Amino acid sequence: MQQFVNVTLSGLIQGSVFAAFALALVLIWRSTRIVNFAQGSMAAATAFIALALIHSGQSYWLALVVALAAGFVLGAVVERVIVRPVEGGPELNAVIVTLGLFVAIQALIAIVAGSEFQSFPAPFGLKGFTFGSTTVALTPNSVFILVAVLITMLLLVGLFRFTRVGLAMRASAFGQEVARLLGVRVGRMLTLGWALAAVVGSLSGLLIAGGGLVYPAYMDSLIVFGFVAAILGGLDSPVGAIVGGLLLGLALSYVSGYIPRGSGLVNLAALIILMVVLLVRPGGLFSSTTARRA
Amino acid sequence: MSEPHTPAAARAGEELIEEAPFTATAAANVSSAQATGGRSFLPKSTLLRHLLVLVISAVGAVILLEITDPFTNSQLASLTYYAIAAGGLTVLTGMNGQISLGHGALMAVGAYTTALMLGVDGEPLPLPVIFLVSIALTTVVGALVGVAAARLHGPYLAGATLALAVGLPGLALYFRDTLGGEQGLRVRAPQPPESFRNFIAWVSGNPASSTKWLAYVGTICLLITFFLLANLVRSRIGRTWRAVRDQEVAAELAGINLGAWRVLAFVVSAACAGLAGAVLALVVRLAAPSAFTLVLSLSLLTAIVIGGLGSLLGALLGSALLVFLPPFVTNLGGDFGLSQTGAAQLAPFVYGVVLIVVMIFAPAGFVGTIRLRLMTARAKRAAAVRSSDGG
Amino acid sequence: MPEAHGSTSVSADTAAARGGALLEVEGLTSAYGPVRALDGVTLSAEAGRITAVLGANGAGKTTLLRTISGLVRPQAGSVRLGGQDITRAPVEAMVGKGMAHVPEGRGVIAELTVDENLRVGSLFRGKVGRDEFDRVYDTFPRIAERRDNPAHTLSGGERQMLVIGRALLAQPRILLLDEPSLGLAPRIVAQIFGLLRRLVDTEGLSVLLVEQNARSALSVADVGVVLNLGRVVVTDQARTLMADEGLRHAYLGF
Repeated sequence: MQQFVNVTLSGLIQGSVFAAFALALVLIWRSTRIVNFAQGSMAAATAFIALALIHSGQSYWLALVVALAAGFVLGAVVERVIVRPVEGGPELNAVIVTLGLFVAIQALIAIVAGSEFQSFPAPFGLKGFTFGSTTVALTPNSVFILVAVLITMLLLVGLFRFTRVGLAMRASAFGQEVARLLGVRVGRMLTLGWALAAVVGSLSGLLIAGGGLVYPAYMDSLIVFGFVAAILGGLDSPVGAIVGGLLLGLALSYVSGYIPRGSGLVNLAALIILMVVLLVRPGGLFSSTTARRA
Repeated sequence: MSEPHTPAAARAGEELIEEAPFTATAAANVSSAQATGGRSFLPKSTLLRHLLVLVISAVGAVILLEITDPFTNSQLASLTYYAIAAGGLTVLTGMNGQISLGHGALMAVGAYTTALMLGVDGEPLPLPVIFLVSIALTTVVGALVGVAAARLHGPYLAGATLALAVGLPGLALYFRDTLGGEQGLRVRAPQPPESFRNFIAWVSGNPASSTKWLAYVGTICLLITFFLLANLVRSRIGRTWRAVRDQEVAAELAGINLGAWRVLAFVVSAACAGLAGAVLALVVRLAAPSAFTLVLSLSLLTAIVIGGLGSLLGALLGSALLVFLPPFVTNLGGDFGLSQTGAAQLAPFVYGVVLIVVMIFAPAGFVGTIRLRLMTARAKRAAAVRSSDGG
Repeated sequence: MPEAHGSTSVSADTAAARGGALLEVEGLTSAYGPVRALDGVTLSAEAGRITAVLGANGAGKTTLLRTISGLVRPQAGSVRLGGQDITRAPVEAMVGKGMAHVPEGRGVIAELTVDENLRVGSLFRGKVGRDEFDRVYDTFPRIAERRDNPAHTLSGGERQMLVIGRALLAQPRILLLDEPSLGLAPRIVAQIFGLLRRLVDTEGLSVLLVEQNARSALSVADVGVVLNLGRVVVTDQARTLMADEGLRHAYLGF
């Protein structure tokens, strides 16, 4: 029983990080119909920036804020300079561009910061809470992770639902041409969308790094998991991204918790889940059938 | 923002040559099915033409292998397996529009099969048999993946094959007893046969080393593969692949089973990847997970994008880049004071940048852009002739 | 009454502006690849009038509106609004200059609610009072009752009302309408056209109306321009065009 609780808890916690990353992918997909395969290495880059700051003596929190800001700028620049020329064109072109960006950024990280594994500090304790004689797989750091992801979600919901900028972004995502005719600066909204998505991606990269090791390719698995989670929930659905992330986190936790030597099979399990979803319900769990044409 | 595309070929005039690439898309680099006004000294029949190219290439390859030193021979050997895999991939992506990031993993299947078969106690089976088995096994895996992928496109397909690339090498670690785990499996490369030593002695008198033998093995495989692929591309099968890529609805209405043809394309490219993996295992003398990372699949993608999707010549040129660029770039990095490992990362960095730049500025790739220019020029001349005739 | 917009207060200049050209298109040529959709089109839409652009499918009517509003870049020619050259002005700037374009297919943003759709129309103006929205709802009571529903639940006629209301919230000098009657029952079409006529007569709005349904359009328009294969065939008073049977049979389908 206790093992079940622990496996479930750690599944939910890592699932919340998947959810954040999947949300970043969904944000970009909804606005520009592109899957940003470079999201992971962009996030890794900002994590290394944070690490550099921490090594030079700055506090974790300052490094976090700087990393998120760097993510914002990076996302905006990438959209404006690299992705804009291929938006609206054949989808293969955009896929290849983001893949190229993925490779280039990852190699750049290795050139600048080296390929060795480096440890990344966690802002809070990593020891499980104890209730009497039992230790639960819930640490202060994991509470921080859950809270951070939750706050991010609420902020995003608030932005999109209640602000004029959020409305403009949604209009740009759902009816680009119409929005332009109505005077919305669609280009700016798309850039903003990418910038925000990059911030969310950065956050998930920082959260998963805390208390563990980072190296240039450390986000590779998260990219796959985030992608699977986004597909599971439905690429068009932010709610789906969150649910998908949590479900995937749980599933993978059970695989590594209950199957002997299962932690080596986690990537394969994600692949199998992806294949099943794509074959059985390609639109994802929350596939919406809203007419996109008026 | 994005305005309606003005097709390069369309600027040439109001008449368009049938099948001329309409937009400079990555996947528009079709090898022209009719050689309208092509070279007049080549035989008309496609098969004969390809046979002639095959013979000339074979002679050229022998000359190249004999005038270069052993180190270059081993580099050329690497070129062969990259080119075999790239050839299959460019047909899949260029002609059939399916992108795959999983071909590195498929190469692993071929490599491990070869390693296992050569590692048996006693006398291993002859090389051609081993190759065929590796191809067959990889084809089966490719068929499975292809069936799953047939209904996917664009980013979904890329993501699914990405998951394959990241997930499959894990199997080698899980079954570490049979598959050697992180260290991988050593490959006992077979010794060159007597006939080969005689041949080399007769041709050039160079020492017939194992390295040279493997380079020849790779070259033979490459020539055969490209010959078969070239014929396939020009055949009815190739045209159907293009139809499935470009005109889905029309193809379906014509009774073409889209899924089946997509799977066929995937299977063909998987077979190539399997053979490439087998050759790789021989040349590198090792089959380990670290050789089949995501970077390998992305390198192959870079090769075919640079060369031009759908072009076999482009695949060959791109593969040459994969082999000869990294040492050049690594030396350059060393000159700039980068560490050994840092400089080694310069090559993937360049690949990434190249992918971005090519897609933005010349999506038809190197060979493709040249072809587009040639076709545009041809269309212009044809339109000029027609208007002067009518006048 | 609507606020002054730009340099022209619509209500104050109504009498003076009526009859003067508000939108002038000259020699407009625009092509998709080798196909010339517009071939030297010249027309003008007078202030305070409804100008109907008619012609068969493929005549270039939709391309004309899209080129005027900037979605398509013309190869040659010019577009002037109130004397100002807007040929190469960016699409997003057009509403600011007083031109609202309701595109082909209506352009309802299906995923947003009715109220959100309206709000998008007023975004570029900054803060807009709730009373202006209420006025739109008063004009179109049918959509008032659905204001919090997603827009894709609206019927064709309701959608048309929504997009016209949304365009009006931009306080335009000229309204470009692309086939508003498409797919709508005759009764609704009459309602909408009646509304347009009222807006033009009472508030001095100018309308450039593209229509396949030439009969309905001519019944409400002041001036008619007939396009064929990207060229202007004839421009005349709507009455005159209605009376010309030969012309109607040849180009207008009735």
